[in-house]
Amino acid sequence: MNITLKNLTKKFPNRNRKIKEDVVAVSNFTFEIPDGKLVGLLGPSGCGKSTTLNLISGLETPTSGSIFFGDTDVTSLPPEKRGVGLVFQNYALYPHLTVLQNILFPLQNIKGKDRPTKEEMNARALEAARLVQIEELTDRRPSELSGGQQQRVAIARALVKMPGVLLLDEPLSNLDARLRLQTREEIRRIQRETGITTVFVTHDQEEAMSISDLIIVMKDGVVNQTGKPQNVYDDPVNLFVAKFLGTPPINVFDGEVKGEKLYIGEDEVLDVKGARDGKVKAAVRPEGFIPAEDGKLSCGMERVEVMGRDTSIVFKNASLNTDVGRAIVESGVVKDPDARSVRFTLKPNKTHLFDPESGARIYYGDTKAE
Amino acid sequence: MKKNNLKAWLYLLPAIAFLGVFMVYPLIDVIVYSFEEGYNSASQVSYGVGFYNFKYVLRDPYFLQAVKNTLILVVITVPVSTGLALLISLALNSIKALKKAFQTIYFLPYVTNTLAVGLVFMILFNKTAYSDGLINMLINFFGGSSVDFINGPYWAKMLVMCIYTVWVVLPFKILILTGSLASVNKVYYDAARVDGTAKWRIFTRITLPMISPMLFYLIITGFIGAFKAYSDAVALFGTDLNAAGMNTIVGYVYDMLYGNSGGYPSYASAAAIILFLIVFTITCVNLLFSKRKFTV
Repeated sequence: MNITLKNLTKKFPNRNRKIKEDVVAVSNFTFEIPDGKLVGLLGPSGCGKSTTLNLISGLETPTSGSIFFGDTDVTSLPPEKRGVGLVFQNYALYPHLTVLQNILFPLQNIKGKDRPTKEEMNARALEAARLVQIEELTDRRPSELSGGQQQRVAIARALVKMPGVLLLDEPLSNLDARLRLQTREEIRRIQRETGITTVFVTHDQEEAMSISDLIIVMKDGVVNQTGKPQNVYDDPVNLFVAKFLGTPPINVFDGEVKGEKLYIGEDEVLDVKGARDGKVKAAVRPEGFIPAEDGKLSCGMERVEVMGRDTSIVFKNASLNTDVGRAIVESGVVKDPDARSVRFTLKPNKTHLFDPESGARIYYGDTKAE
Repeated sequence: MKKNNLKAWLYLLPAIAFLGVFMVYPLIDVIVYSFEEGYNSASQVSYGVGFYNFKYVLRDPYFLQAVKNTLILVVITVPVSTGLALLISLALNSIKALKKAFQTIYFLPYVTNTLAVGLVFMILFNKTAYSDGLINMLINFFGGSSVDFINGPYWAKMLVMCIYTVWVVLPFKILILTGSLASVNKVYYDAARVDGTAKWRIFTRITLPMISPMLFYLIITGFIGAFKAYSDAVALFGTDLNAAGMNTIVGYVYDMLYGNSGGYPSYASAAAIILFLIVFTITCVNLLFSKRKFTV
């Protein structure tokens, strides 16, 4: 089932009663989530991503705008009539019920002719348990499970009623690093197996990039960019998106365009055909640096961190917005790790120019028009 | 290690001494008294040792009346007050406007003096030469005839006693229950809503189990409190409770010690021990029941 959000807006009254103005949690959100895809809703905390999820689930009602599941307008439907499965950040498993009872709970809510028989309920609950691989834990209580197992129970409970839409609110934030990696693969597998349209909220860009078909980057209630993870990473529309995606983060320099050439400090570093003159923010991905003796950008070298597969060069530059920058290069390229300075050539497709005031992307390379 | 132990005992000494002198010693003394036949506190002598005191007390019609009164009080007021408190707490929990104001109003009886409350009940129920009391005025208004709630038939007196007890214990229970209702994480209700759970099912399958520890606490302390009822009866019916037929077990113990018919510490002790055994048994049953319900 595809989900269509049309001009979705949610305002909350300000907590501080003296301020009359409402807090806009979600502003004019329009997007179509295609059927059977896994969509990552990404943004820093407080950007409205959880509110968006609650709007889709029906726990919150939008101030304006509408939500469609397929062709049905569900905007004014209460959550129980929407047929969504929701996995909460802290799982919200009922502590007094066993795992099996937890999974059975949504089925036992069904009334009337759709209500399955006891045997059917049990069979479906066990099937859901098998899908998330917890069938041997069904007699335990949530308190006797690890975080990862609780997470699986929560997913099983959300899936057992065969919802048209699965919503996950920060599903991995309570897990440790190793489990997180494992569980996100698991979520991906379950989503593929069931083919259920899934929206999941996270503030962890790596998580979103690694398993999503599409990502939506939000900031302050506004959608900044949507698209395939790789496309968003390669072509950020503004400085916020560029900075938010990628680890290590993108390196931002104060630069200037003069006569179709980009200057960082005194160094003329890159040809930027068609770019207008003026001050810019030049953002370079860590993998956009090529150390070269005749490189045009000269930086002070802080240290070299060897990480096996590749090496990261920590450098300093007066124009850099952060204390140090980080370039990731193939191991073996750095000849002298104790050198005091390093020169780089920049890859044009890894270097993005942004307006220093608005943060908007101002230059898309010479292939694309401005 | 040894030194530490010594220190620990030293620190515990004040509490142990205090508890020993004012709790443990009197307790043992009461048990001893209850078996000493015809003990006289002035001459400190008794005639012998045996079960005579218990036999006497258990045959005393005043004591049997007191046991009957206490049991009726317990059986009626504990479920009624707990149920009412739960209803009121649920209502309080679901309203937003004036919540604080209502909470204060419901809490007032708790901070009001028992005897002052008794006076209020006098005005409500008492039949005097000048007026029949507020409740009788209401009954008259609806076409009934006046009932003497204070000196009248047994059921009327019991009714007043029960209403009074419920009213007095209600605030504390409401306070505890609103607190525990508010502490149930909202996310469970959200989860239940998304799963399409009916309101009643949310209440029975989520709210009740979540607040059940507090509910059991209230039921157990409610039983104990109701068994120990005394001052409420005095506030309503005066000090001569035997004459009013409204004595409670604790009232009987008091009367045996200090009342007009008093001066019998042996009988008082025996009655106190019997009360203890009743309360102890019921509390054990309560605990067993609550444990069984939540470990399976």
